[in-house]
Parts: sequence; C-alpha cells; structure tokens
Amino acid sequence: MPTLEELYQQVILDHSKRPRNFGALPEATHQAEGHNPLCGDRVKLYLRVKGDRIEGAAFEGSGCAISTASASMLTEAVRGKTLAEAEQLFDAFHRLVTGEPLSLSEKAALGKLAAFSGVSQFPIRVKCASLAWHTLRAALEGGEQVVTTE
Amino acid sequence: MNATSVTGLDVEVIRKDFPILHQTVHGKPLAYLDNAATTQKPRVVIDAIRQYYESENANIHRGVHYLSERATADYERARSVVRAFLNARDSAEIIFVRGTTEAINLVAATYGRTHLQPGDEVLITAMEHHSNIVPWQMICEERGARLRVVPINDHGELIIEEFEKLLSARTRLAAITHVSNALGTVNPVQELVRLCHAHGVPVLIDGAQAVAHLRVDVQALGCDFYAFSGHKVYGPTGIGVLYGRKELLERMPPYQGGGDMIRSVSFERTLYADPPYRFEAGTPHIAGAIGLAAAIEYLTGLGIEQVHAWESQLVRYGVEQLAQIPGLRLIGTPRERAAVISFVLDGVHAHDVGTVLDLEGIAVRAGHHCAQPVMQRYGVPATVRASLAVYNRLEEIDRLVMAVRKAKELLG
Repeated sequence: MPTLEELYQQVILDHSKRPRNFGALPEATHQAEGHNPLCGDRVKLYLRVKGDRIEGAAFEGSGCAISTASASMLTEAVRGKTLAEAEQLFDAFHRLVTGEPLSLSEKAALGKLAAFSGVSQFPIRVKCASLAWHTLRAALEGGEQVVTTE
Repeated sequence: MNATSVTGLDVEVIRKDFPILHQTVHGKPLAYLDNAATTQKPRVVIDAIRQYYESENANIHRGVHYLSERATADYERARSVVRAFLNARDSAEIIFVRGTTEAINLVAATYGRTHLQPGDEVLITAMEHHSNIVPWQMICEERGARLRVVPINDHGELIIEEFEKLLSARTRLAAITHVSNALGTVNPVQELVRLCHAHGVPVLIDGAQAVAHLRVDVQALGCDFYAFSGHKVYGPTGIGVLYGRKELLERMPPYQGGGDMIRSVSFERTLYADPPYRFEAGTPHIAGAIGLAAAIEYLTGLGIEQVHAWESQLVRYGVEQLAQIPGLRLIGTPRERAAVISFVLDGVHAHDVGTVLDLEGIAVRAGHHCAQPVMQRYGVPATVRASLAVYNRLEEIDRLVMAVRKAKELLG
C-alpha cells in the first residue's frame, strides 16, 4: 500500500516549498515551455549551454508539489552535465517514475533524484514528475512549440 | 444530528442499497465525495440491467417476436418514467441520447444549424461546463453567429442585470446550466426562462448537476429544452435525456441518419419519423434506458424533497467546517448551493490535496472540472471539489476536513 511519506519525501517537500534556480536565466541559450493541460501545471525551462555542456539551468512556472520539486531538482541535476549525460538522465528518471528496473550506473547517476521513486506507485502523478524533463528535452531539441503531457 | 431526525431518510439503510460503498481504499473505508463526476449505482439499477440482458435482450421496435415486444415495452416504459420525472406533457418530448453532452450537441446541430444566421447570437453564462460552451462555439463559427457570455459575481452567482442587457433582438437561443458543476450555484432558471421568453428567445437548460438534487418540472420552468445524464442520477453511463417542447421538436431536422428515425426510405427520398424517433437513429442503449428508469424510480421512491433536505444539511455542515480551516478559500459562495463544495488551499496545489485525501480513502475531484473559464474567473489553475449524494454521512465530512488539515500541515 503506498504511503504519503513515500511520495512526498523530505527532499521533495523542501524543493517544492523553496524551489532552487527559480526565475529567468538572462543568458539562456535554450528554452522551452511545458504544460499539463489536465491540471494546469506550467513550467518554463531555461538552459545555458556552452559547447556540449549545460552550464546553468533555471525555471519559472506554477504547479503541484511534485512538478515544482521535479523542475527545481532538475535544474540542479543537469548543471555541468554534457548533453549526452542529460539525455541519459532523462531516460533514467523516466524509468524511475514509471517503476521500470534501473541499472546500477543509472541509480548512481540519479543521485538525489531517487527521491521520486515513490511516484511510480501513483500513476496519475507520473506526468507531474516528468513534465520538467520533457520540457528539458524540448529545450535541447530547440523546438518552439509548447510541449504538453497529453 | 442524523438524516432520520431531519428528513425521515435513514442514510445507513440507503447505504446498504449501494454495493460499491462497502469497501476499503488504501486500508480506509471509502468516502465517495465525487458525485458530481458520477454517482454510484444502487442494487436495483444493477439488477435491472442484468435482468434485461439475462432474460429479455432483443432489438426494439421491429421484432414481431416475444423478446422484442418485451424489450420495446420496457424501453418505452422507461421513456414514460422519464416523462413523469420531468413532468413533461408528452412522452414524445423525451429523447434518449448518450448523455448531456450529446443532448446539447443535438440541439446545436439541429435547432442551432437551422435558426442561426450571420450576426445572430447565442447566450450562455460564465459558469458553463465545457459541454455547454464548445458545441455553441462550433455552431456559431459555422453559421457566422456570435457567442455572448453572461458574467458572474464574486460569489459565483449569475449577474441577472447583465443577463438582461445581453438579451437582444439578435439572440436566437440561451443555454444555461441549472446547477454549476464547479461552484454548486443554483441558477434562478425559472426567472431566466421568463426573461428570455419575454424576448421570444428559447432556452436550453443543462440539468446534469440538478436532477439528482432538485425537483425538476419542465412545465413549471417553461424551458424549451432540458438535458441530463443518467450516470449522475444513480443510473448507468452512456444514457441521457433531451427533453424538448413538442412544437419545437416537430419542426427540427434529424440529428443523425440511420435506422429507426425514418418513416420510409427510397433512393430518391426519405421521410423522417416523428419525434422522439426522428432523433434516435440506430439501435439505442436499451439496457441503459431501463437502468435509468430503475434509478429514477429509486430516487423518487426516497423522495426528491427528502434527498434535497439531507444533502442541504451535509452541504451546510461541510461549508461551515471547511471555512474554519485557515488558508482555505471557498471557490463559489452562492446563496443557493446544491451538493458541490469547491475550494483551494493557500500554497498547496489541488492535485496534492487530492492525493492526500485519496490515501485517506476519500474520493474527491481535483482539477478544472471541465470549466476552465470558471477557474480563470477566480485566478486558480484548479480546485478541490467535494460533491455529495444522498448516501453520504456527516462523518465523511469530518474525515474530509481532517484530511484537508493534514494536507495543509504536510504541504502548506
């Protein structure tokens, strides 16, 4: 039986109440917007990419605790990563929140993001957790349109 | 305070009629407070549907055999049960459809398409469900007509003076909800119909959130169309009703073409059947109509006034208790409210509240309730909505309030 504590782990509550890297990133080279039309969650993600490395990330938007914490922790997690590493992190995060098995190296790469493991027991909340990550992918691919979870 | 002392209804006895209520969710007894989305079904409805498929399933209206005659008789009996429920004059004014959405689309596609000219107007309100907005937008776009929207005040009540101002010589139809699914507001539909008719404007009433809670008498209301869904009034999904005044129905073109809606067909020319059959192309949801009749008979057996009295107690108690939670804002504070309480919690998203409540075994809706313009009016992305039915207990309201407090502690 899933519990509240599994979903709302301390680190998630902390990031949802005090999101990091919140606000626009003036020197952003990439940006994209994500929208979950079902619940109205919105995230705008800014990236500063130099060569093939993400030097900085920030976000704006509004949403539930899970989507806010996810965006906040994403901005910390991708900083300093190469584009290929960020893509691998996307895959690992997606497997984590959908309850698929993870390799040891994936687990290691996720680090603090492992706090989102509880989401897999709440299928309706998977989209909340993954919205920022889909937005990241859109930003890196350079598409103009708003990505949606639907 | 219990239901018996207030209304003569015994909620504990009523609960025994609903098999689904007796289960645990995440280890807690289920408290089902999502009745505006769909109501649970009493045993008599489940039995009526099973009985139909087990012993009389056949196609209707054309068979000369025994089963077909029985199925036809029960389907048409269901129509007369609905007629009596709405106090319509004539069973021919009762059209079976899939639900409220299809009923409104039917009127838009037939009455709307034949009456709207470029420059004409359709009047709706700012508290409509998407199903009473989008069909009108679509037909207005097609016909070059204009959709006008009557605003609401901060309590979530329709501003009647604005309604009167927007009624004009160009208005061809008004489509108004009886009860708002997002706010719980009961609109003064009788008065609105009177205003519209004074301008020669016919009125469609969306009764999806009304029929399970209020007595509806279409002759007293004077409305031209009235739509509702079976599954929100203890009946099955996939069946609903459009009431239409006979004089209007007789002049309306068909909705869909097919079997059962014709008088005669040749390749040169088809003569359409009279209402209601003109609007019921194809094999209808026979079992659904029979199940709906069982649901209506169940509800009227309890007594709609008694049901309303008990639900009013629950709503009053719920509003009172929830309003005491610091940081809780009620969305919609109308004087006339039916069975719906919508709210937001400062700094906590509705979906997080919904998840906390779910783990306490409490089913509510968290979202925009298919009424995004209402959310925009209040500047919120979503609300938590608790919606009630006759089988809800006061103790379930207490559990709701405790769980909301818990969500606030954890996430606020």
